[in-house]
Amino acid sequence: MSQPSLSRSIAVEVNGEVYEREVDARRLLVHFIRDDLDLTGTHVGCDTGNCGACTIHLDGQAVKSCMVLAVQADGSKLRTVEGLAPSDDQLSPLQQSFSAHHALQCGYCTPGMLMSASALLEQNPRPTEEEARKAIQGNICRCTGYVNIVEAIVSTGASA
Amino acid sequence: MLLREVEYARPSSVDEAIRLLAANEGARALAGGQTLVNVMKARAASPDVLVDLNSLDELREISVSGETLQLGAMATYTRIMASSEVDVSRPILAEVAAQIADVQVRNRGTIGGNICSNDPTNHLPPLLVALGASMTIRGADGERTVAANEFFLGVYMTAVGEGELLLSVSVPAAANAADGFASVTIGRDGTCIANAAASLAGGAARVVLGCVDAVPILLEPAGTDEESIRQAVAAASLEPPSDVHASAEYRRHLAGVCAVRAVQQATERGR
Repeated sequence: MSQPSLSRSIAVEVNGEVYEREVDARRLLVHFIRDDLDLTGTHVGCDTGNCGACTIHLDGQAVKSCMVLAVQADGSKLRTVEGLAPSDDQLSPLQQSFSAHHALQCGYCTPGMLMSASALLEQNPRPTEEEARKAIQGNICRCTGYVNIVEAIVSTGASA
Repeated sequence: MLLREVEYARPSSVDEAIRLLAANEGARALAGGQTLVNVMKARAASPDVLVDLNSLDELREISVSGETLQLGAMATYTRIMASSEVDVSRPILAEVAAQIADVQVRNRGTIGGNICSNDPTNHLPPLLVALGASMTIRGADGERTVAANEFFLGVYMTAVGEGELLLSVSVPAAANAADGFASVTIGRDGTCIANAAASLAGGAARVVLGCVDAVPILLEPAGTDEESIRQAVAAASLEPPSDVHASAEYRRHLAGVCAVRAVQQATERGR
């Protein structure tokens, strides 16, 4: 029988790279990503599961990484906002569309918006406006409003 | 946020999970974590040991056998929404699952977690009472089945005792069932301020109110017309809580509104 323990050795694949670390059971996945792996693109906004700034993909599904324990990600494949661009000097079509539509102002919510939108586009390459709005329901933006964000998502699909 | 120190185990079988829950004082099952992790942040819950159920694929299964739709306790809302078994045997479950929170929460949150947390504002407790569901619970002494209207015991309290685990929820299969659900929420698909579920059969209605008491309130109105529903809600002498979102009086009013809307939706579905 597996015994309960205060920490655990985990292996996770993040953006194609495998990391092995010893982590405390109480460590939230978002802190593991930001502080242990130094991938600070994933943001902590509210820390209560409401804002969606910490959204990542866990085995292909959008999840809020502040509501998952790091030990729970053992054996999983993660994708963070750093994994979207094909190279250091090139943005993904979705990221280009966010730029073209001015879909961000302060940018704090943007990593989460991009991860929710990219999860949508992977399942549904040509979303309607309604579908785009539903997909980012769990992501809060406090500066631009959502019009340009929704336009950026829908037009990425339309030009795919 | 830094959680209080906690131990963690990830069992690979249901029996092992039950042994871990029974053997460790202060142990708690971790399902999707979309409630539990947040209440741990707030220190509103401080389990000493988390028994993570996420490796137990047998608890994720959704199947139909004969007249019964069986949903594993670890079936996520997303899985329920996409399930062809749910679609052909009790589609209201997928419709209501789609109204819970947001995509990210639906990807992790589970039916078992929703009902075992038994927050009075949750969607599924009143719905499952209306549908006449039953819950299968296993402990060291074996399995038992509890009817939904006996499962919910109080705020955050259910029939699942210490050292026990909810395995599955069974719902009578009825593709064309006259079921309805209505809610008033904080923002679209947000937390319910008031909600009601209804299921009609043979001219009788089962109407269940959420958000107004510690447990779902089952009403059996004399008829399915609006007047009968309103009378049944009034006769229940509800004493709902007051909070920043609604006074007790307003929430009582909304309970009646939701009950009527749920029955109207059920009536339309049953035609």
